Amino acid sequence: MFGFLKKSPAEPDSPLNVAAAEAPAPAQAQTLSWRDRLKAGLARTRANFGGKLKTVFSRGKVDDELLEDLETLLLTSDVGMEATRHLLHELGTRAKHGRLETPEAIQQALADALYELLQPLEKALDVHTHRPFIIMIAGVNGAGKTTSIGKLAKYFQAQGKSVLLAAGDTFRAAAREQLQIWGERNGVTVIAQESGDPAAVIFDAVAAAKARGIDIVLADTAGRLPTQLNLMEEIAKVRRVIQKADPSGPHETLLVLDANIGQNALQQVKAFDRAIEVSGLVLTKLDGTAKGGIVAAIARQCPKPIRFIGVGEGIDDLRPFDARDFVGALFE
Amino acid sequence: MLDNLTQRLARVMKTLRGEARLTEDNIADALREVRLALLEADVALPAVKEFIAAVKQRAVGEEVIGSLTPGQSLIGVVHRELTKIMGEAHSGLNLATQPPAVILMAGLQGAGKTTTVGKLAKLLRETQKKKVLVVSCDVYRPAAIAQLKTVAAQAGADFFPSIADDKPADIAAGAVDWARRHYYDVLLVDTAGRLAIDGAMMREIAELHAALKPIETLFVVDAMLGQDAVNTAKAFSETLPLTGIILTKLDGDARGGAALSVRHVTGRPIKYAGVGEKLSGLEPFHPERMASRILGMGDVLSLIEDAKKGIDEQKAVEFAKKLKSGKGFDLNDFKEQIGQMRKMGGLSSLMDKLPAQFAQAAGQMQAGAEEKAVGRLEGIINSMTPAERTKPELIKASRKRRIATGAGVQVQEVNRLLNQFEQTQKMMKQFAKGGIAKMMRGMKGMLPGMR
Ligand SMILES: Nc1nc2c(ncn2[C@@H]2O[C@H](COP(=O)(O)OP(=O)(O)OP(=O)(O)O)[C@@H](O)[C@H]2O)c(=O)[nH]1
Ligand SMILES: Nc1nc2c(ncn2[C@@H]2O[C@H](COP(=O)(O)OP(=O)(O)OP(=O)(O)O)[C@@H](O)[C@H]2O)c(=O)[nH]1
Ligand SMILES: [Mg+2]
Ligand SMILES: [Mg+2]
Repeated sequence: MFGFLKKSPAEPDSPLNVAAAEAPAPAQAQTLSWRDRLKAGLARTRANFGGKLKTVFSRGKVDDELLEDLETLLLTSDVGMEATRHLLHELGTRAKHGRLETPEAIQQALADALYELLQPLEKALDVHTHRPFIIMIAGVNGAGKTTSIGKLAKYFQAQGKSVLLAAGDTFRAAAREQLQIWGERNGVTVIAQESGDPAAVIFDAVAAAKARGIDIVLADTAGRLPTQLNLMEEIAKVRRVIQKADPSGPHETLLVLDANIGQNALQQVKAFDRAIEVSGLVLTKLDGTAKGGIVAAIARQCPKPIRFIGVGEGIDDLRPFDARDFVGALFE
Repeated sequence: MLDNLTQRLARVMKTLRGEARLTEDNIADALREVRLALLEADVALPAVKEFIAAVKQRAVGEEVIGSLTPGQSLIGVVHRELTKIMGEAHSGLNLATQPPAVILMAGLQGAGKTTTVGKLAKLLRETQKKKVLVVSCDVYRPAAIAQLKTVAAQAGADFFPSIADDKPADIAAGAVDWARRHYYDVLLVDTAGRLAIDGAMMREIAELHAALKPIETLFVVDAMLGQDAVNTAKAFSETLPLTGIILTKLDGDARGGAALSVRHVTGRPIKYAGVGEKLSGLEPFHPERMASRILGMGDVLSLIEDAKKGIDEQKAVEFAKKLKSGKGFDLNDFKEQIGQMRKMGGLSSLMDKLPAQFAQAAGQMQAGAEEKAVGRLEGIINSMTPAERTKPELIKASRKRRIATGAGVQVQEVNRLLNQFEQTQKMMKQFAKGGIAKMMRGMKGMLPGMR
């Protein structure tokens, strides 16, 4: 345990019961700017986090009790023990060096510490290095893989790229039909097979993309949990087959994480990284989660660039990750 | 990897050796550890607070009995309380109404609603011989209706067609009418995933509920959810009079603290647990196993139950007897046990039931390697004589050489097997004495190929 938290008083009273109803409905989001939209999406995060922070900060001095409260607060935001310890340590160090006498100064110091932690994860995906640029998408069940592919197709097409989708989820009921609908919405080809082997479908898709001079291949895969060792082996095989189809590929291996998930997200990053060498993350459902804190834990323990965030179920609800916006929206 | 609570407590409780009673003072540090362990397991803070208060009240004054350390005593209290909060023993679905009994599903996006409809349909058909109709009111997610249609066919249930241009309320009304006229016992209604803060969508499901008057309104929750589970559960239970919870994706390695959060907020029973993508992957919920899991103690009990499920009745009785007495467990049983592991889908399906540390160690094993190791073990036992199998102490150097040659392995491997057998035997005895924690320590020996 860290020294300045030695004395452990009774549970601090943190007003966690910020009413859920106050947050605006994301329904009319269509006309808002991306930042407004993320803000709308993060409104509850803000209400919760900011709300709690205000009570914490109104005390105005960095002492043990304040740090204890902050610890609680970070933990309840899914930041996790290790990253929480780090952030508090940072805050403690800053308190020693500078004058953190006002609540605003403390808030700024914590925001800065969080920003410094997250900033290195802000690395845009460069899809110009290869053609076709093969992107493989993986993740646990229901994380938002297929939906993210639908959004990515739109995103890349808007940048003038040609896109092809590969229906590599040959397992889940109607997974292929779901991707086909996203293909129709985007007006792009979906390579699929009646049944069978995900690796074979994706191999075909890469060949088709080469033949047609397509810029980007997005390969969907079935959801799987890291405990399903046979399925983890299967996805490793998919990766190997892509390599066979194109020795330089896959050029990006995206792991899709649901922002609602707690500490298990760390295990997911580690396990998928072992199996398929994850090169980037997509963090979905940020329009709904109250706390995006798991990102801080990931930054500490298994850092991977966060390429995109998902902020809704619509085709436009995808954005590149921006650490400053993210922290800003969290602390506003 | 997360520390398990036993280790954490061992650290803070070291100073307490020799104290005969748990007091508010001597458990303060330990309770802080419990609190952190629960937070790390994703139990939401309000639920943690209430729980800690309850444990404190129960623990203070408790005598430290016999050979137990104060830490072990406290774990006992913690485990007991947690089990209690998880709910009473399994409660099934309530279908006692004028048919059709309508069951409405609700939950966040991707929680597992559609899959669970298929699982419940299969369960009701196969175990209760019900005539089941399913319908999708999800007009939003691409191919959601097609997904339910496929799942219904897999479950052998009838599917009431709907199209994405229909209104959910109209679809529901049509399905109820159809179910009534065709004498269905049960109508399962799938709905779109929705966020608790999405006012329009929450109103939609409230209206669906009002029109359907379901006897069961099930909240489907992903076991991997983090701290926000309380807020979500709160919003859903304020919008809908929930009657039960289904916890999905428990086949993963999440500690599943969300179970406690959701129980805390809704007070509703967790009726079933989803443990796989296949439609057979649904189990009654076991409060006591969930408590062990959240505390990082591994799902030891369900492992034992799985082992029992694989063997036939007669053998189960014998096995249970042996387990109880700790006596007479011989190499034949050991081989039997190895065979069971195979039947149960290989080691990988056992892994998630083991404490996190073991599972992690095992995860680093080559995939497939464990199966091979199991095969070799069986081979070795096969080259023993019946006498050697019932009396392993007979097996001395020359016999070992013969067995090794027969099985085509090195003598060391025979030794290793005998060691593993002995450990397992010891574990059985410990289990008979009632020590779960002791048994867990012995667990490692039960897994061939694991060092
Ligand atoms: N609110 C919200 N919902 C999302 C987001 N991304 C995906 N979803 C929803 O989450 C659910 C699951 O999404 P899918 O794209 O099917 O997830 P998947 O990872 O492909 O799922 P499997 O293939 O079954 O493993 C759907 O209802 C999506 O509409 C997001 O950013 N915000
Ligand atoms: N491993 C595992 N996967 C599950 C379980 N239950 C559901 N799934 C998977 O989780 C993913 C999402 O399940 P769905 O049934 O589509 O979830 P949903 O709640 O209907 O999703 P939406 O309709 O998009 O809100 C699918 O890939 C399912 O196969 C479970 O208990 N274990
Ligand atoms: Mg999918
Ligand atoms: Mg569904």
